[in-house]
Amino acid sequence: MIETLGIWIAALLTLCILSFLYKDNPFYKFAEHLFVGVSAAYWAVYSYFNILLPNLIQPLFGQGQFLLIIPLVLGIMMIMRLFPKVGWMSRWPLAFIVGSYSGYHLITYLQSNAVEQVRATLVPFVQIESWKNLFTGPGVITFLNAIAIPVVIVGVITGIIYFFFSKEHKGVFGGLARIGVWFLMIAFGASFGYTVMARISLLIGRMYFLLHNWLHLI
Amino acid sequence: MKKQIPLIITFIAGMVMVLQFFIPHRPFSDLQQLFNSWFLIITVFAMILGLGNLLKVHTKRLQRKPKGWWYSIVLLAGFAIMFIAGMVWGIERGTFFDFLFWNVHLPMSSMMFALLAFFVASASYRAFRARTPEATLLLISAILVMIGRVPLGNYIWDKLPLVSDWIMSYPNMAGQRAIMIGIALGIVSTSLRIILGIERTYLSGK
Repeated sequence: MIETLGIWIAALLTLCILSFLYKDNPFYKFAEHLFVGVSAAYWAVYSYFNILLPNLIQPLFGQGQFLLIIPLVLGIMMIMRLFPKVGWMSRWPLAFIVGSYSGYHLITYLQSNAVEQVRATLVPFVQIESWKNLFTGPGVITFLNAIAIPVVIVGVITGIIYFFFSKEHKGVFGGLARIGVWFLMIAFGASFGYTVMARISLLIGRMYFLLHNWLHLI
Repeated sequence: MKKQIPLIITFIAGMVMVLQFFIPHRPFSDLQQLFNSWFLIITVFAMILGLGNLLKVHTKRLQRKPKGWWYSIVLLAGFAIMFIAGMVWGIERGTFFDFLFWNVHLPMSSMMFALLAFFVASASYRAFRARTPEATLLLISAILVMIGRVPLGNYIWDKLPLVSDWIMSYPNMAGQRAIMIGIALGIVSTSLRIILGIERTYLSGK
C-alpha cells in the first residue's frame, strides 16, 4: 500500500515537471517550489545528522571539547548576516572559510591540476610500439594510436598558449593559439556529447519508471 | 577592526593550511585537522544562513501576496514536512524521511536533470550550425562521441566506438588538461592574493 502510494506520488510529480515541455504552467510551478522546499530541508537534515551532530554537538556537549565553542560562535556570527545592523559580524567566519579554502586549494590544485598534469604530458613523443603496430597492420585505429601521444603534447602546449593573453595572438604565436582553439573545441564537443548522453540516460530512467513501475506497460 | 580582524583571520587560516603541506608534523598537522573540522561546522552554518534567507523571502511573499504567492506555501510546507520528518523520526531506512526522499525528492531531482536533455537538444541545434571551422570541429567531435556510445554507432561502422574512445582519451584530454592547468594557475594566484590580503572583495567589496 505504502509502496503504491509512493509510486503514484513519484509518477505524478514526474509528470508535473515533464509538463514544462508544453509551457510554464501551474503544475510545473507547484513541483518546482515543492522541489526547492524539500531539497532545502533534505540538505539541512542531512548536514545536521552527518556534520553538526558528530563534529559539534556530541563532542562539545557530550565529551566536553570546549575548543569547539569557537566554530559554534563563528557559525552564529555567520547567521548574523540575516540582520543588517550586525551583518558585519559574518565577515569573521567568512574570512575563516575563504582563508582555509584558499590555503588548502593553493597547494592541492598546484599539485594535482598543474604539476601532475604537466608531468603526465612530459612523455616520449614517439611510442615505438604503436608505430610498429601501424607498419605491421596499417589501419585507422593503429594510425590513431600511433599519433595519440603527439596529439596530447601538441594539444596541451597549444591550448596553454591560447590562454596566454599577455602577448598578442599574431604570427607564429597566433597560429599556435589557433591550433589550441581547435583542441579546445574538440574537448568542448566531446564534453557536450558526453553531457547529452548522461541527460538522455536520466530521461530514459524516468520514462522507464513511468512505463514500468507506474503503468506496468513494459 | 571590522576589516583588519577578518584579514588577519584569513591570513592565519590560509597560512596554516599551506604550511601543513610542507611541515606535516605538530603543531601544523593538528591545526590542519582542527581547522578542517571547524571549516565543516562553519559551512553548515553558512547553509543555515542560506536556508534562513530562503524562508525569509518566502515568508515575506506570503505577507505581501504578489502574483503566485501561494507557491510559497507549497515551498514552506514542503520544507516543514521534510524537516520535521527528519528531525523527529530520524533519517534511517524505512522512516517517513526516507519515504519522502525516495518518492518526492529523488524523482523530482532526476526529472529536473532529465528535462535538461530537451534544452540541450534545442541548444545543440543552434550550436551545431557549422558556420566556422571551430564550430565544425565541435560538431564532429560531439557527434562522434554520441554515436560511438550507442549501438547505432557500432552498426554503422564497427570501429566507431574505438574512434569515440580515442577522441575522449587523447584530443579531449589534451584540451581538458590545458584548461585544468590554466584553472590551477588562476586558483594559485587568486589564493595567494586572498591570503596576503590583496584581494578583499569577499569582504562585501570594500
